[in-house]
Amino acid sequence: MKTVVFIEKNPVTGKLRDVSIELSAKAHSLVAPYRGEVVGAFVGDRLPDDSDLLFDYGLNRLLYVNRPEFKHLHSIAYKNVIEAMIKNEDPDIVLFGATHMGRDVAPLISSSLATGLTADCTQLHIDDYKGNGKLLYQVRPAFGGNILATIITPGHRPMMATVREGVMRLPEKNTPNPVDTEDFTMEFDKSWIKSEFLNVVPKARKVNFKSSNIIVAGGAGVGGKENFQLLYQLADALGGEVGASRAAVDFGFADKDRQIGQTGAVVRPKLYIACGISGSIQHRAGMAESNKIIAINTDPDAPIFGIAHLGIVEDLKTVIPMMVKYLKEEG
Amino acid sequence: MKKIAVLVKQVPDTANITGDAMKEDGTVNRAALPAVFNPEDLNALEMGLEIKDKLGCEVQVITMGPPKAVEVLKQSLYMGADKVYLISDRKFAGSDTLATSYVLSGAVKHIDNFDLILAGRQAIDGDTAQVGPQVAEKLGFNLVSYVTRLIDIDENTLTVERDGEVQVETVRTPYPVLLTVTQTANTPRYPNALRMLKYFRAESGDPAIPVLTINDLGIDPAACGLDGSPTKVHKIKSITLTGGSLKLYENNSAGVMGLVKEIIKDYVEVSE
Repeated sequence: MKTVVFIEKNPVTGKLRDVSIELSAKAHSLVAPYRGEVVGAFVGDRLPDDSDLLFDYGLNRLLYVNRPEFKHLHSIAYKNVIEAMIKNEDPDIVLFGATHMGRDVAPLISSSLATGLTADCTQLHIDDYKGNGKLLYQVRPAFGGNILATIITPGHRPMMATVREGVMRLPEKNTPNPVDTEDFTMEFDKSWIKSEFLNVVPKARKVNFKSSNIIVAGGAGVGGKENFQLLYQLADALGGEVGASRAAVDFGFADKDRQIGQTGAVVRPKLYIACGISGSIQHRAGMAESNKIIAINTDPDAPIFGIAHLGIVEDLKTVIPMMVKYLKEEG
Repeated sequence: MKKIAVLVKQVPDTANITGDAMKEDGTVNRAALPAVFNPEDLNALEMGLEIKDKLGCEVQVITMGPPKAVEVLKQSLYMGADKVYLISDRKFAGSDTLATSYVLSGAVKHIDNFDLILAGRQAIDGDTAQVGPQVAEKLGFNLVSYVTRLIDIDENTLTVERDGEVQVETVRTPYPVLLTVTQTANTPRYPNALRMLKYFRAESGDPAIPVLTINDLGIDPAACGLDGSPTKVHKIKSITLTGGSLKLYENNSAGVMGLVKEIIKDYVEVSE
């Protein structure tokens, strides 16, 4: 049960993407019972500064190809390099982060290898298949998060899957493996570089849900961009971050990078305050594992109350200013 | 003159699930969901039509689906598409993304010698974002995914803005290329009234809406449908609403105060 994990660098920080560490750890827990190996595959201009960290989480080897031409996502070149590594390793399983890069490169490779690729898996496990060898069982939400489908890839190797960042919890560090980083030498053809990157600008405002213990999120019920300021005031008073449902983003109340849910971020804060969010399945897919959920909604029948621990049936425009006032008095 | 294909899909409207589509056990009745034009495919079509407005080239729309998918083709005609094609055959049923990309790439090759293919980033029924890149791979086209804006286009290159997740990238690509387009790229235009009158009664099989089958495309049946799909659905579980233990506060100042006190208790624990 050898597994190859696509290793990705955050081009802005020069460090590993969290999902690469999460997937190395997940791959280790998947294949360890079968004494399987976990091999990282990296392509870029330079290894992530902290790539050795992967070996603390179960990675056995890290293959890389570094070339100045590979600084940016040249889809065809990236596909050719990672595909060559996969062919060389002949793994049973290949895992990619469901990032904008992983979702670009993974389907190119699955198409070229004519094998199955399951997107945005939320659970992965290995089990028997009709007494006929082992398969990777890949669980993913579909139909806007309304169903959970278990997908298998019988009769094909490798079995490929993508997983979104934050979905697989990072375990405690394993007993560190020795660092084993290998330059994967291969022929390079200039014709692989098709696009030209004229300009690359780091995104200015970065929403950081991961380090936020508290998230104040708004939905369609917030009613407007101005009213979203109330949520910022409450988040400020609590030292939290502001999130939004897809509806709120679609209405233009909040930016896309604040979106929480099946097609946005997956969060697990200690406290999640849902304001004017009805609680569609697609939204709950991104926040249902929060430690404590507070719902503020005018509709007592809103599904969000079905998963909330604390709630208040009232207009958020009334409740939030009171909360901010009391927080300042009491806190 | 550049030749443009737009790949579109008819999908169940998973974004707006109303009470009518809920079964008594709290699960979604997928058959009751209305069928709509996949939202980001509309953005892809709009981008094609904007290029047509600028350069005067032809925009051809291709969809693979059952006969009722003709509706998204009619909508494409209303908006300004020059030609549309329904790729439909019983043997295509059950196709996963790999088999779908095989059929679509076969259709693209059959129909014309395209320079540019536009597709929505992902469809709202599966949210996989895989078919566009897989079609690009099968055709040997360059790929630029997550396109958020068309910046410039000329005979030799196309310049777009790409959402690189942590950065914004300005990318210039030669032809042939496939772009996957996000919802922020543009605002799809309304149907044109005259075109609606012209095509309102059009049906699949009419000269305006040709239907192409597996035989027309001359592709391998073993690579289509269930047979051509490496992934299999092993199990489906509907998600049901689960009741939690909810503590409700009164909607008055004492209630809000009680809620705030609870938060402060939490918050103090959190900051330890």
